[in-house]
Amino acid sequence: MDKTASYNDKVVRQFAIMTVVWGIVGMLVGLIVAAQLIWPQLNFDVPYLTYSRLRPLHTNAVIFAFGGSALFATCYYVVQRTCHVRLMFDKLAAFTFWGWQAIIVLAAITLPLGITQSKEYAELEWPIDLLIAVVWVAFAIVFFTTIGKRRIKHIYVANWFYGAFIITIAVLHIFNNLAIPVTLTKSYSIYTGVVDGMMQWWYGHNAVGFFLTAGFLGMMYYFVPKQAGRPVYSYRLSVVHFWSLIAVYMWAGPHHLHYTSLPDWAQTLGMVFSIILLAPSWGGMINGIMTLSGAWHKLRSDPILKFMIVALSFYGMSTFEGPMMSIKTVNALSHYTNWNIAHVHSGALGWVAMMTIGSLYSLIPRLYNRDSMHSIKLIDVHFWTSTIGVVLYAVPMWIAGVTEGLMWRAVNDDGTLTYSFVESIKAVEPYHAIRLLGGLVFFSGMIIMAYNVWKTISDRKPVPVAVIDPA
Amino acid sequence: MTAFWAWFVAAGTVIFVIYCIWLITWSAKQGPTNKEDADLVGHKWDGDLEELNNPAPKWWLYLYFGTIVWALGYLVFYPGIGIFEGTLGWSKYGQYEEEMQAAADRYEPIYARFAEMDFDVLAQDPDAQQLGKSLFASYCTTCHGSDARGAAGYPNLTDNDWIWGDTEAAITTTIRQGRNSIMPSLAAALGGDAGVDNMVNYVRSLSGLVEADNAAMTAQPMFVALCSACHMPDGTGNQVLGGLNLTDDTWLYGSSEDAVRSTIVNGRNGVMPAHGDLLGDKKTKILAAYISSLSAAQ
Repeated sequence: MDKTASYNDKVVRQFAIMTVVWGIVGMLVGLIVAAQLIWPQLNFDVPYLTYSRLRPLHTNAVIFAFGGSALFATCYYVVQRTCHVRLMFDKLAAFTFWGWQAIIVLAAITLPLGITQSKEYAELEWPIDLLIAVVWVAFAIVFFTTIGKRRIKHIYVANWFYGAFIITIAVLHIFNNLAIPVTLTKSYSIYTGVVDGMMQWWYGHNAVGFFLTAGFLGMMYYFVPKQAGRPVYSYRLSVVHFWSLIAVYMWAGPHHLHYTSLPDWAQTLGMVFSIILLAPSWGGMINGIMTLSGAWHKLRSDPILKFMIVALSFYGMSTFEGPMMSIKTVNALSHYTNWNIAHVHSGALGWVAMMTIGSLYSLIPRLYNRDSMHSIKLIDVHFWTSTIGVVLYAVPMWIAGVTEGLMWRAVNDDGTLTYSFVESIKAVEPYHAIRLLGGLVFFSGMIIMAYNVWKTISDRKPVPVAVIDPA
Repeated sequence: MTAFWAWFVAAGTVIFVIYCIWLITWSAKQGPTNKEDADLVGHKWDGDLEELNNPAPKWWLYLYFGTIVWALGYLVFYPGIGIFEGTLGWSKYGQYEEEMQAAADRYEPIYARFAEMDFDVLAQDPDAQQLGKSLFASYCTTCHGSDARGAAGYPNLTDNDWIWGDTEAAITTTIRQGRNSIMPSLAAALGGDAGVDNMVNYVRSLSGLVEADNAAMTAQPMFVALCSACHMPDGTGNQVLGGLNLTDDTWLYGSSEDAVRSTIVNGRNGVMPAHGDLLGDKKTKILAAYISSLSAAQ
């Protein structure tokens, strides 16, 4: 068979498998830091294992290693299928895989060594940042030239979201990380003071908006209709919510800096645009969930669809909670508390991880010339561990967050604070324990997944899949 | 903000809001308006991927539009559009000042009553004690512990061993201005390991932890020369300088051989931060009286 007549699924397979691997690694580090919050001695007095160094390792591993590999895998798969052409530039695509894995390994080495820019979700130092930029540009070239070669005029909606995700992450990454290197492992940001803070949260919030939202909506727009066997509910809803989402997200960053030295006007704009963002965010949830209308009965028998529908529900919940938390008066209670941890994880575990897991269960058999995963029953078990795990994680953290917020602001009749800080730490300890349990349950599902994936692929030799002609 | 950036921000805000409204109205005009007419758009990808063109749910469009109306209303009342400060005149600094003033109006009489009391009376007064306890919980527990017994490097406030003195003036000064207790590194001055070993033994012998042998006694002249300025020739310390008493059984940085050696070799830098600006005079006095009472209770 002529090479261009088949899809490049090798790079998709590589990224898909590494998604499972990095998911397990990233969540394991998460479990360790969650345990350290209960038993601080678990750092064994080793500097490389302290909470301060492992926590960024956890966030980088789950967002960029697990989430990133999932986005690469599905993006490369979806863009070929919906453009009806082979992915452009095999070697460049292979470079993005090995480059991205090298970045992850470098992160896993430098973060425990304490080498950091001290910018949240942008901790990696400048040489790694440069490598990220190069890999990302290669990613953009592979993706957009494939779009350019498509054999069908209309660009499928999933690709709009993947495209917005790729372009925006490049811009965010480059501008937030502009720095003056001092040594190979140390640099200083070119921004100072509150401008640095604003840049950081413009980056930080849009990393959520474009990496963890737009990218995964791209995944959703392919795998939900595919798995449900139903057309996308509304084309024009996807147009409106796509163009709204990418425009409005850009403004929301300052809500991370309420009641700081950031000027009032910037705080206000961050807040009002976060409120406006509610409907555009929900557009994706409506389109996803309503795509299942006419196929609701499939939820009874298909655990993959269950993953997707619960993921969309958590997406809707998180994107309601986010605007609410951006309101100044709510933020005054929620800021700096465990409420943020609850919010982030209902998004990260509930939306990002569950959409990824569902999509991988749909994708992996097709990559290995099979009709389905080794065990549907184990997918169902995984579904329940994930769902119960998220709930056991998020609910205690919500309670802990509100508890902390209320304790910190409680005032005696004489104007003194009712509680010392350490009392609030003591008060949330049981919730930390339940959260650890929730994380453990969620993590156990990932182990089940690894086993299921192994049984699915171990005795299979992938065969090239022919590019199909557009209808 | 310069005029250019003010207009830039204002224009950007307005343009984006208009853009959102335009998207909503555009959507409402596209395709069939009721669900029954929804039909496939006509594209087909990857064999079976198709799209219907249902209208966006009405409640969703109203929700979207409603948040925009709310946002515009908010921007009338609060600062947001360029340099326009909003009709309410709100600012975070203003809100802070207002809340601080309200607190002052409410709590000032309580503090005014205590301000007139004598230090010794204050240290006995149950209301003042309760207040002092709350202040201690907020400002002091991080270092000195919830029970005020301190930790290695952080003085125990419940014993009768006072580094800087136990008078009203001394305690108040400690809280208001903070303290910085520097023990310099003396390894070089002691002439290396043997000298350090002897000094460690000599210092530990002052409180009877060890019996000073002849070797240790050779450190005595060095002690007088190097240490007595702060610790006094007999090692009993000097509260004026915060020089620790080395003859009692209270050890701020630990009494083990290793701890004492580390203190001598590396020095120590004990910092009590200043709290005067944070607390003000009235609260400082109440807190000082409370701390004074902690050791009196022993």
